Amino acid sequence: MAIDLRQFHDVFFEEAEEHLSAIERLLLNLDLAHPSAEDINGIFRAAHSIKGGANMFGFGEISGVTHAMETVFDGVRAGALDVSGEIIDTVLRGSDAVRGALAAQRAGASVDAASALEIASQLERIASTRRSACVPNTAPAAADCRAPRCDAAAGPAVSAPGAAGDGAERAPAGEAQPAQAADFGLFVDDFPARPEASAAPRGDVPTHAEPSIAAGVHAPGAVETLSIRVSTRKIDRLIDLVGELVIGHSMLRREHEVRMSDSVDTLALGLANVERNLRDLQDAALAIRMIPIAFVFDRFPRMVRDLAHKLGKKVELTMTGEATELDKALIEKVTDPLTHLIRNAIDHGIETPEVRAAAGKPESGKVTLRADHQGGSIVIEVIDDGRGLPRENILAMARERGIAVSDSMSDSQVWQIIFEPGFSTSKQVTDISGRGVGMDVVRRNIHEMGGRVEVRTTPNAGTRISIKLPLTLAILEGMSVRAGEEIYIIPLTHITESLQPTAASVSSVSGRGRVVAVRGEYLPVVSLADTFNLPADAQRRDEGILVILEAEGGKTALLVDELMGQHQVVIKSLETNYRRVPGVSGATIMGDGRVALILDVGHIVGMCHSRLDRAA
Amino acid sequence: MTASILTVDDSASMRQMLGFILKSAGYDVVQAANTEEAMSYANERAFDMVLTDQNMPGSDGLSLVRALRTLPAYGRTPIIMLTTESSDEIKSRGKAAGATGWMVKPFDPNRLLEIVGKFVN
Repeated sequence: MAIDLRQFHDVFFEEAEEHLSAIERLLLNLDLAHPSAEDINGIFRAAHSIKGGANMFGFGEISGVTHAMETVFDGVRAGALDVSGEIIDTVLRGSDAVRGALAAQRAGASVDAASALEIASQLERIASTRRSACVPNTAPAAADCRAPRCDAAAGPAVSAPGAAGDGAERAPAGEAQPAQAADFGLFVDDFPARPEASAAPRGDVPTHAEPSIAAGVHAPGAVETLSIRVSTRKIDRLIDLVGELVIGHSMLRREHEVRMSDSVDTLALGLANVERNLRDLQDAALAIRMIPIAFVFDRFPRMVRDLAHKLGKKVELTMTGEATELDKALIEKVTDPLTHLIRNAIDHGIETPEVRAAAGKPESGKVTLRADHQGGSIVIEVIDDGRGLPRENILAMARERGIAVSDSMSDSQVWQIIFEPGFSTSKQVTDISGRGVGMDVVRRNIHEMGGRVEVRTTPNAGTRISIKLPLTLAILEGMSVRAGEEIYIIPLTHITESLQPTAASVSSVSGRGRVVAVRGEYLPVVSLADTFNLPADAQRRDEGILVILEAEGGKTALLVDELMGQHQVVIKSLETNYRRVPGVSGATIMGDGRVALILDVGHIVGMCHSRLDRAA
Repeated sequence: MTASILTVDDSASMRQMLGFILKSAGYDVVQAANTEEAMSYANERAFDMVLTDQNMPGSDGLSLVRALRTLPAYGRTPIIMLTTESSDEIKSRGKAAGATGWMVKPFDPNRLLEIVGKFVN
């Protein structure tokens, strides 16, 4: 029977990537002076696993490199090799080579066999420097599996794992390899086999009737145990269906209200019950797509290390909140912007050790990556203790590049200039991944996710960049408002307050349109109806309601006819169903079956302020 | 009555591949990702054969074999360990644990079916 193994390749590629990430993470965490036996074993086992799969599927180059990695770490865990910076660097390069080979295999391109071979030889060379005085496990089925310590004083205190989980056994060094002609064998004399009375006393399987297996030891920081892989398409379908249920429910409820107004009859109770369960169901469905941000953060220690070396700087990266979860779709989109911000922090923020020492700062710069839930959002921050952003330089550079600025701009407005297209403070650092990303793309990406980015900085002390993102792209808490006959939804996260305009508070300023005084601040007034060319009810200055919106560009007062209510809405994409419309970030279907557009607050506020700035 | 086989391996790609090979040959296959899952399946029903990877995180194939042999239904069940190397040591430990035999990875799918056939037919 001819069996085509290619259908299993994708799963192997994914597994191999995970193993490679584990190897990198463990390597970067290793304490050279006292490497943890568990970490060493983890690296060995990850390389071994990749090798097994590579052999099975015929990926020779991957097998060669991972075999060499395995050999190196087998030496380390036997106490015959000491972990060194050289080993770490070489194994990291090996890991890169395997990644490259995986990518090539995935794309059907040819693998760079020469460099794979080269890195494998380097690793083998390192492995061959092992101290031959040590002989790991000599007696078969030895009760005591501890390898003799080669050099108790200097060597790392690595005892060959006696606990369950020990990997592939290797023939004792120096002994001739037994003839390996057989690929299969039976323990024939004793079939059916009975366990020998003197079985190795491993202690993990007591011999009473109810077998119990000692729980596997999990590496610290490992996220969970039992899980299954599900395709994101299936999850998205599930979430879509739940979204449709939510819409259907609100149509039923509205119908009930229309016919029976507030009566609390069985139908009302039933609907309330369904609503509660739907909310829970929706939360549960969305939770399936939530993944810890550690998946994004994990790549940064390596990147920071490499970049700092390249730029001749010393950087210490601290990460907190890796367990904070966000939607899988956001994880993918936030990776590029975050990467760029961290590279920026190291390139432009952190000074060289000499400059830092001269300024009385520790030679090693600190970059902190933090993630946290705040209300209905996730906040991710990149904080550095470098030189900070110089306000005057930014203003000067902006003028040079023809970006409209004024000296009266607030600090937060000035910091936002760094995100303007065409603004860049120095030559671009060669991107490891080869993609050019500017700060304007960073901000655009974040906006596309429905988020915003804020900057705080102190000269010579450092900079803090905060990205605020919604927890999910699928639903949103919004305020529905009416302008004429149309209903619009405003995301609650952008609303600071709403108030009734009075003839006294609203005034017209020539060239600027209307402004409203709110606690001493003058905010521009934008009419929602005018924005979308609708006939509005509110004509006089004291009619309608003003909703105060806040986005990165500042604040604006939006004039609407009426506030309808607060709801959780299921976001439908306008772009995929129609086309992209400026000022609109999506759409939803209301309880009465009508479509309501969701406002892109950032755009509206930005439009308003650039109009003002030009007039200034 | 179709023969049922319990396969145990921590690698999803290996599990899928083993499952595919065995199912195409008409066997009823149950896959387990680790020893705990395997024992939980084994306690529910008596499989005709068990194929287990040796090298798994947590408790390894050897401990699974030992645990299976303590179950009354599994005294005579053929249990084959899949190992990446066939050193004398692993062979003797396998025998001591009570395994029926061993097989080296990577294996040829047809060879696997040949061997499985010997035990369950």
